[in-house]
Amino acid sequence: MKAISMNAHQSLAIGRPIETIEAISPALAVPHAMVRFAGISKTYPAYRGKPGVNALQDIDFAIPRGSITGVIGRSGAGKSSLVRLINGLEKPTTGRVIVDGRDISALAGRELRLAQRSIGMIFQHFNLLSSRTAADNIALPLEIAGWTKTDIKARVTELLALVGIADKHDRYPSELSGGQKQRVGIARALATRPSVLLSDEATSALDPQTTRAILDLLANINRELGVTIVLITHEMSVVRQLAKEVVVLDAGRVVESGHVADIFTQPRHPITQSFLAEVIGDSLPVSLESRIVSKQPAGGQAVIRIQVRGAGAGDTVVARLARELGLDVALLSARIDEIGGQHVGSLTLGIPGGEDAVTRTLAWLSQYQFSAERLGYVA
Amino acid sequence: MSPELINLIVQATFESLYMVGIAALLGTAFGLPLGVFLATSRKGELFAAPIVNRVLGIVVNATRSTPFIILVVAIIPFTRLVAGTSIGSTAAIVPLTIASTPFIARLVEAAIREVDGGLIETASSFGASPLQIVLKVLIPEALPGLLLALTLAVVSLLGYSAMVGAVGGGGLGDLGIRYGYQRFMPEMMLAVVVVLIALVQIVQSAGDYLARRVNRRLRHR
Repeated sequence: MKAISMNAHQSLAIGRPIETIEAISPALAVPHAMVRFAGISKTYPAYRGKPGVNALQDIDFAIPRGSITGVIGRSGAGKSSLVRLINGLEKPTTGRVIVDGRDISALAGRELRLAQRSIGMIFQHFNLLSSRTAADNIALPLEIAGWTKTDIKARVTELLALVGIADKHDRYPSELSGGQKQRVGIARALATRPSVLLSDEATSALDPQTTRAILDLLANINRELGVTIVLITHEMSVVRQLAKEVVVLDAGRVVESGHVADIFTQPRHPITQSFLAEVIGDSLPVSLESRIVSKQPAGGQAVIRIQVRGAGAGDTVVARLARELGLDVALLSARIDEIGGQHVGSLTLGIPGGEDAVTRTLAWLSQYQFSAERLGYVA
Repeated sequence: MSPELINLIVQATFESLYMVGIAALLGTAFGLPLGVFLATSRKGELFAAPIVNRVLGIVVNATRSTPFIILVVAIIPFTRLVAGTSIGSTAAIVPLTIASTPFIARLVEAAIREVDGGLIETASSFGASPLQIVLKVLIPEALPGLLLALTLAVVSLLGYSAMVGAVGGGGLGDLGIRYGYQRFMPEMMLAVVVVLIALVQIVQSAGDYLARRVNRRLRHR
């Protein structure tokens, strides 16, 4: 077990203010980013009585080559517009989108279609052709790219094996489960050997177990093929499980971006905090919360909540607190999760022995850089 | 019924099948591309041309709202120009084709619009050209609906073909009017109606069967 003082220092070192992704993160400042958004805004004009919409504003960030980058936001935050700028399905109102060194926002017609072959995309509702078998769905982008029949056949067999559904070659989408359909979708997106794979809420229509399997598959693909993956999602669990970099979108703007571990151990924007709360929870168990009072009853305990942030942080805090201060610390509630290899969560402790013990406890915690607050008392 | 009368019925049946068959083929040849265009040329769509779309829509509606018997007489000069004559089964194919083209186009438009728009976006996302999207996505995905539309068109054409007797087109409807009604031969009328019912049944069953065969959306094993 690691020493707590070291853990506490680690947790201190993690939270750095992140102004721009390039300024702070060396990994993101690489000269050959896979996708760069430069001064992007996207406005949908007013149409048939509907007012115009500023879908994206002041978007400036880069997606590192070979990374898995999550773009997280609530619905209407501009995620879909952002991802459609990457593969040229939409054009920015201002600014440029550079994909693999090419300004995709400046391309049109045949040039754009050629560039799109190096950008794969998977969809929430899979978007498979119901009239084609799994194999023929995967073959479609290859037919469009003008591959020969022999080459297509070999490539399709290879792809079906890659996504683990070699036995579903001749099945129609209506005969496949959701997870199998998305595997076909992934194989189809990878058919033309793209350098970027865009995932537009690809697991939102799947159950948690299938989601996990699909995310594992995406992680494998990223590792083995080196494909840069951009994950558009409103689900924190997806970012937590898969992404190393994250961009938090709110109302068409990037509110935070950087390494997943940094962003979610020190969330600054309310939206980021609310996403984090989805995973680690910020409420106490009902039975505990209802017992908390503001004045200490005789023989009661003070309730103190400690925030846990960082690798291994909090592992031994309860034991050390009890030993060093000689208190019979009660563990009332605890929730610790791991995001990007960092522990994130909170411990709720009951401290017996009156005001003096509480003061000593808070002083001890602040000495080791733990953020703690007193919530009240329980009998 | 005498052998001569039976012979008349057989001959009229072939005339009807000839007119309807050729008109359905030609109507599909013109109506399919027209319908695809109508379904893909509104603002923001694949072949966006809102004004052309609007104009074609008006022409299609106008043709469809003209009663068929009036259409037949009104376009006689055009029929003579195209078919070289304005009477007979071959000449009757011209108004039948002109009437069925906008009908088929509207049915095709409806069937194509049924295709999930996400599939167009998907195909675009991997660099398909608009023509590739039509040929590889829209038409194959709409095929069950297209076959049912064509079936409906053939059945309607059988009905229309009864009216081309007005220009000497022949066929079952003409036979029914001339013998069954004008010569007071109710058994002839009955025979004509029975043959027509049988034809419609065969066409509809064949269409349903084919549409079911190509429909992969819900497969019941």
